[in-house]
Amino acid sequence: MKNWPLWEVFVRSKNGLEHRHCGSLHAADEDMALENARDVYTRRSEGVSIWVVKSSNITASNPDNNGELFEPAHDKVYRHPTFYELPDEVKHM
Amino acid sequence: MSEEQIRSLERQFDERIARDEKIEPKDWMPEKYRKTHIRQMSQHAHSEIVGMLPEGNWISRAPSLRRKVALLAKVQDEAGHGLYLYSATETLGISREEMYEQLHTGKAKYSSIFNYPTISWADMGAVGWLVDGAAIINQVPLCNTSYGPYARAMIRVCKEESFHQRQGFEIMMKLANGSPEQKDMAQDALNRWWWPSLMMLGPTDAESIHTEQSMKWKLKRKSNDDLRQQFIDQTVPQAELIGLTIPDPDLKWNEERQSYDFGEINWDEFWQVVKGHGPMNKHRMKARVGAWEEGAWVRDAAMAHAEKKQERKQKEAV
Ligand SMILES: [Fe+2]
Ligand SMILES: [Fe+2]
Repeated sequence: MKNWPLWEVFVRSKNGLEHRHCGSLHAADEDMALENARDVYTRRSEGVSIWVVKSSNITASNPDNNGELFEPAHDKVYRHPTFYELPDEVKHM
Repeated sequence: MSEEQIRSLERQFDERIARDEKIEPKDWMPEKYRKTHIRQMSQHAHSEIVGMLPEGNWISRAPSLRRKVALLAKVQDEAGHGLYLYSATETLGISREEMYEQLHTGKAKYSSIFNYPTISWADMGAVGWLVDGAAIINQVPLCNTSYGPYARAMIRVCKEESFHQRQGFEIMMKLANGSPEQKDMAQDALNRWWWPSLMMLGPTDAESIHTEQSMKWKLKRKSNDDLRQQFIDQTVPQAELIGLTIPDPDLKWNEERQSYDFGEINWDEFWQVVKGHGPMNKHRMKARVGAWEEGAWVRDAAMAHAEKKQERKQKEAV
């Protein structure tokens, strides 16, 4: 018989905050995944909302490509406010 | 990859860890790092799961509703710990089924402490106080370990452990302050659980393999003997506080070391239990394998139901 697939669990700890990945679990389908996530990851009121996503539906970047993916941002200092010179008289900008 | 390239990658890898960087699942890692982590993390998960059995034994016979809900919640937490750790281990490329298979065939070990029987209610006190107490000492340093998923699982686990130890100590305290029979029960439980709890922190440094490598990878931050000393120093005053006696005639405060000296540990017993000859090894495995096998039809039915639901949804969509 087939094994239960793997699901990734995301929990919003309270309204105003984003859902955060907190782990994974096995379940036969999405309803069971939600119920299991409730029992495994929110036994002490750690959440007000849960997302479950089948792990096989996630596409992840490969750390081997981190150079070409993320390095181009390193030398773009002009994207930060500290790059710009202002006279001392200018406050709150 | 040439050997030279691998050595260079390994050097960079070790440097990352030395800088306190975390290693994440898709990062390159030495094969030995992967294997060592799979072994330690899965054994840790197995210990949480098998660890439910000795305490599960008393849920239906807890002396009050207060004790019952606490014990039930504690055992449920241990199931949670096992599940956090299994899923963290799966990120290293081993399947859940493979891990279960290793446990059920005896290829993977679990903590030897769970091969002792829980014969009286006072054992629920001793287990929470001593066994969870020793586990906390083992686990707290792992919150900073180098493998990200393991460190995150341990942070969760550690947050949940402190209630386990407190509920155990409270049971012991109540019994120790109760009738003479109750006090005897508490003392008897301490007598039986003390030495196995010391052994639980692992073989003495002289006999412990893997230690140096594990230190480098932050799978271990302190040696077994240091952890054991820490456990003894923190537990002895707690026993005194509730009027119980640590069953070690050689135990005495060493003013110079600011620590307790203690008697010889029976390592023969430890290795016997590790090798499968403890009082409950067979019983634990029988219960565990039985639960897995008797649950097979439920897992199959759930899967069949899920597939049927999926098909129905697809038909409706057409
Ligand atoms: Fe635990
Ligand atoms: Fe615990």
